[in-house]
Amino acid sequence: MKFTLPIILVVATAALMVLALFGAGQAHGTVGIAAGSAVYTPKASTPEQALKNLLVDVQRRNWDRAMTAVSKTSDTNKQMFIQDWTGTNGSLRSFSSLEGFESRPLHITNDEAQMRVRLHWTTPVGPLEDVRDFRLVREGDVWKTVLPKVQLPSVPSQVIPVTYLRWDLVSGGAADEWGSKNVDAPHVRIISMNAVDSAEGAVVMGEVVNEDTVPAFVNVNATLVDGAGSAIDDETSFDKIDHVLLPKQVSPYRIDFPNINLKNVKNVRMDVKATLVPASADPVIGVMNQKIESDVQGKSVLHGDLLNQSGQTVNISHVVVSFYDNNAKVVWVADGYEDHALLPQSSAPFAVEIPKSVASKVQNFHVVVNQYSLGRS
Amino acid sequence: MRRPLLICAVLCLAACSIAGVAQDLRVPASVTAGEEATIPTTGSGKATFYLVGPGVSRKNDVSLGEEIHLQGQDLRNAGDYLALVCSDTCHTGTFYVIAAKPSSLTFLVHPSRVPVGQGDAISGVAFPFDQFKNLVLAPATVTFQLAVGDKPLFSRPVRAQNGVAWFRTASGKSAGLVQVIASLDDVTAKRAVQQVASEPCNLRITGQRIPIGVLVQTEPVHDCAGNVVPDGTIVTFSATEANGKSTVDAPIKQGIARAQMEASGTTVVSAASGVVMGNELRIGGKP
Repeated sequence: MKFTLPIILVVATAALMVLALFGAGQAHGTVGIAAGSAVYTPKASTPEQALKNLLVDVQRRNWDRAMTAVSKTSDTNKQMFIQDWTGTNGSLRSFSSLEGFESRPLHITNDEAQMRVRLHWTTPVGPLEDVRDFRLVREGDVWKTVLPKVQLPSVPSQVIPVTYLRWDLVSGGAADEWGSKNVDAPHVRIISMNAVDSAEGAVVMGEVVNEDTVPAFVNVNATLVDGAGSAIDDETSFDKIDHVLLPKQVSPYRIDFPNINLKNVKNVRMDVKATLVPASADPVIGVMNQKIESDVQGKSVLHGDLLNQSGQTVNISHVVVSFYDNNAKVVWVADGYEDHALLPQSSAPFAVEIPKSVASKVQNFHVVVNQYSLGRS
Repeated sequence: MRRPLLICAVLCLAACSIAGVAQDLRVPASVTAGEEATIPTTGSGKATFYLVGPGVSRKNDVSLGEEIHLQGQDLRNAGDYLALVCSDTCHTGTFYVIAAKPSSLTFLVHPSRVPVGQGDAISGVAFPFDQFKNLVLAPATVTFQLAVGDKPLFSRPVRAQNGVAWFRTASGKSAGLVQVIASLDDVTAKRAVQQVASEPCNLRITGQRIPIGVLVQTEPVHDCAGNVVPDGTIVTFSATEANGKSTVDAPIKQGIARAQMEASGTTVVSAASGVVMGNELRIGGKP
């Protein structure tokens, strides 16, 4: 009797270990789609296997062996290949690792194949997905991947004068007389708010403006309240906002409440917190050629180019977009991280997906760009 | 503040009642903080003297028939004090220590930045304190003044009640630093309020086509009172053409915001700063 509980615990632990070993890898598997795993087959007799070999080696950063899975006809070399997969200039890609992938054939003949791969990256800002198309060819009895030429951005040597403003913050010491050095927090106002139900739960979104003449670090909080006046949940905008707002700058915000339905919500309490922070008006990033198009998967996507108009490298750029209906009401807020660094005076494309449920309502949009530069807070 | 003292007094009196008969001690009616005082005693022999007050608790032996000297440092805190002399019986007396003359003004002004032309936008509150940091409750007149440089804008004497004097006024018409001064006799406290330009007014843009797109810029950006909007204020330029839109959040520099945007066809450019919209500009396509 006294051994029953330990035996049950041991059996349960063993069962969970077995489940973890064999179950987790197939958790996101989809019929007809090859999912990424650590299985490597030396001789790739199918395009799926060849691509899998390449991506497994990329995952393991086994670059020499990965290059053997690349066709000689590829317009790339080992260094460019590595930089393509590991990132450069302190970009988001250089802090990321390939967690997994799913590939599906688009077109296969006896000698050539076209594969589409959904890459799952783990990054400091959360999981990111990327879709890439690969061309494979049969060389003898082995399939190999043909890699296109990687266009790594480069900037010619130049001097770019920068004369934009910077705001520094001087704080009084503890010995200062009470009230002698009070500096008010920036005046920030929520200018619109909309609450909707989405597939994942309730979403509260809108726009916030810094009405002051000093920069502000802004966070928007929302509390959902039920009919009895009790708080159901309390969340913040987290990274779905441009936190540092310069004077008169407007940012979208989005607050997600997973697994909550708005029919249970009677009221939404909004709270915006602003703190005075040092900031710089540089770099200025222009958002060019913005247009909404359908991508290869039929999804509505806002495309554009980020143009770094300053002389400083932007390591990670983060795009936050508010989408408006024909009454100028914010119907959705979406964001996306650019995984390549933005070099001075250079541009990089971005894309932000619009959910199918709101795509038809979107009439206009407003894009803001968060930027993170190494060595600057 | 007075409750612990009251409890102390009650406990002492209860102790005295048990021991013997409590009699009144002739204590001064009121004492000014930091000043010395004396308490006369009658009789002869040794006794024990207790002094209990805000932040003070003292016990020492005294000779009956002689005056008990209270040092200024024992009477620095304003409030109720209990004096107790015990030999065979206990004698008690209570007295009040009032704040000394004001030696400093704690002056709070809100806000530190204010847009021009706002009604009741600036407020200030002053608390007079003596040299021992006691709030001075005695009526006194605090004069509040607003000045730009040496030029006075506003002066208002306010009678302090219960140790508080306050004012409220509108912000001025011109951006710049405003000195806010509170004075009471020879005591003065100064604070500064930054009056800043209000929302941009008549935001107007001009533009021209350049080889890589369009170059647009604002005319000098002012508020409706004619103050220059501070540098660093963001102006959002939007250039819309048939096949897309470009936007740039450009900071104002030396009164003007400027942006270059990619556009090849006929382009409509608009500008906004915060919630204020500017004019629209139509620029023809590349020839």
